[in-house]
Amino acid sequence: MAEVTLRGFGWRHAGRRAWAVRGVDLRIAHGERVLLLGPSGAGKSTLLAALAGLLPEDSGESEGSVEIDGLEPSKARERVGIVFQDPQTQLVMARSGDDVAFGLENRSVPAEEIWPRVIEALERVGFPYPLDRPTAALSGGEQQRLALAGILALRPGLLLLDEPTANLDPAGGALIRTAIARSHDADTTLVLVEHRVAEALPLVDRVIVLEPGGGVRADGTPSAVFADLGDRLAEQGVWVPGRPLPTHRAVSPPADSLVRAEAVTVRQRLPAVSVSARAGEALAVTGPNGAGKSTLALLLGGLLAPTSGRIDAAPGGAPHRWRAAALTQRIGSVFQAPEHQFVTSRVADELALGPRRLGRSAASVSATVDELLERLRLTRLAGANPYTLSGGEARRLSVATALATAPRLLVLDEPTFGQDRRTWIELVELLARLRDDGHGIIAVTHDDDFVTALADTTFALGPAS
Amino acid sequence: MTLALEPVADPAAPLARRNPVAKLGAALLFSLPLVATLDPLTPALALTVELALLPLFGVRYRVLARRVWPLALAAAGILVTMVLFAADRTGPLLVTLGPFAITTGVLVNALGLMLRVFAVALPGVIVFATTDPTDLADALVQNAKAPARFALGALAAFRLIPLLGEEWQMLTLARRARGIDAGRNPLARLALFGSTAFALLVGALRRGGRLALAMDARGFDSGLPRTHARRQTFGRADTALLVGAGLLATAFLATSVLTGLFHPII
Repeated sequence: MAEVTLRGFGWRHAGRRAWAVRGVDLRIAHGERVLLLGPSGAGKSTLLAALAGLLPEDSGESEGSVEIDGLEPSKARERVGIVFQDPQTQLVMARSGDDVAFGLENRSVPAEEIWPRVIEALERVGFPYPLDRPTAALSGGEQQRLALAGILALRPGLLLLDEPTANLDPAGGALIRTAIARSHDADTTLVLVEHRVAEALPLVDRVIVLEPGGGVRADGTPSAVFADLGDRLAEQGVWVPGRPLPTHRAVSPPADSLVRAEAVTVRQRLPAVSVSARAGEALAVTGPNGAGKSTLALLLGGLLAPTSGRIDAAPGGAPHRWRAAALTQRIGSVFQAPEHQFVTSRVADELALGPRRLGRSAASVSATVDELLERLRLTRLAGANPYTLSGGEARRLSVATALATAPRLLVLDEPTFGQDRRTWIELVELLARLRDDGHGIIAVTHDDDFVTALADTTFALGPAS
Repeated sequence: MTLALEPVADPAAPLARRNPVAKLGAALLFSLPLVATLDPLTPALALTVELALLPLFGVRYRVLARRVWPLALAAAGILVTMVLFAADRTGPLLVTLGPFAITTGVLVNALGLMLRVFAVALPGVIVFATTDPTDLADALVQNAKAPARFALGALAAFRLIPLLGEEWQMLTLARRARGIDAGRNPLARLALFGSTAFALLVGALRRGGRLALAMDARGFDSGLPRTHARRQTFGRADTALLVGAGLLATAFLATSVLTGLFHPII
């Protein structure tokens, strides 16, 4: 049982000029289930952290007030539970049951009450394994289920979910949504932040939209909010349900082959696979988790040597034997986690790195950098540190770094993962244009919309045997 | 990927079942004479007792051999070093290898050091082969009154270690994808290693920060006295293990002194 009241609430992180969130007036009644929306940068996560009492006073400046049942959030901590995005950094213990017990031990629950509450919480989320199941052996969706059980065992009056499906594949996301739905009771107030609105709507009865500049843009039932603001929200990047996505068919048939893999395997990661990709073709590699999709992307990208089999890439030879500089001129790879690929401290330097290592002249390097900054809407961020970019900006930068050395083949691992609608559309458009200019595109993906919108050929990997 | 230190012993063995703190304490007590004297007899005695007790800990000799084989390299290193550089070349000459005079004194000293490497390492190997990390953290908090923030924090951090291996591979591949490789230039290799290690460290710190936040969100910083879902007891058998280790240590020292071999380190 919990009631939330915000009056003119605002928060500015220490050292930042802009307020992360400002001017929010809200009342959330006991037992309400709220979906909190807003384009990236509107301060959704900051607002959740404030409700959870996880914004220490010395880490920034606040204005207005937040109250949970009339208490300051720092004094109402035991009434609030929060589940974050990343399952791996939420689990503490080696065994599943112990992990759920961890919070109960912290809250001084008597030992004899702990295990019944652990079992009850695991049942509520539909956790299918015994208590001693190693947490490391769980899939991402199962780990996130366990994290939810660890919070529910504490019986919070206010449950906060900060993009709980963002790091999961579609199957894992469905698993955690089922768990949220089946564990919900009328006494728990729920605030959910989620990009994928259509999937989240069955879980909520109220939608609140934050305005990036500050304040609340809309507040009401889902149907009322989307009837009123659907178009504008979709434009800002919110995945408003029922809006069609553009599709891009190839304008001309594929040309010469750019890479060909014959019966390649990687020990314990990929069974024998033969596949090829051509210029002017977008190839989608699909398949369940653990089928070896990312490993195949590394092979085709010339980053990994196959255990057996042969890979041949234009202009000839096995790409994993090429020197790195030569590789970047022929095949560009975009990793699932953009920050793995950043090696400098400025956006412009990231883009200049590849061309510089090829020994291009300063004038040619700066022309390439300016053109890419412009094309991927990064000009404003040229001097920013790549690690401080938002998810969408970091994705655009990682694609731009691969394009800087003008390779003919581009290999992308889950390029649309966790992106808002606006970045998604831009990315698909960019890739379609590259394909139509004669580049080859290989994308490993779980995203059916992406396959529909762009792929000319689909290659499905079977489940791991 | 599994943790390298997962217990591999039969958990029902009489000494494997003892309280982790008792096992750790006994290992420390047992090792004291080994770091007090330089003679070869003490490590030889200790090693004999360690190997004789192994079945009571439920550790099979084959498993142990797999765990400690890297120590054989260290022992070989000691032998070579002693043969080449030992200052003390007393005792009857056995053989001359070029400029190196191999005397019994050299060999006895080398043997003493090699035995010591094994004798000191074995108790630690046995403790970790028979102890679940969670049990150790529980026992440290409940029986040794270690702060929970330290013991459980270390345990949670420990869980993230296997991730570092995958992260390292991704960072290395991502650098190649960006056109960065060192080729055969050793300096460039060193620089690349350094920058990859730095990126790994930054990532580990971020992850550690997120984990700490998630732990505090579940009341780890609540300041309430923690209760314990899993009980660790420290019974008579555990005390007996500690006392036994202490008695054995004393006996080794006494033997060493009585035989006149005692050779203090300081």
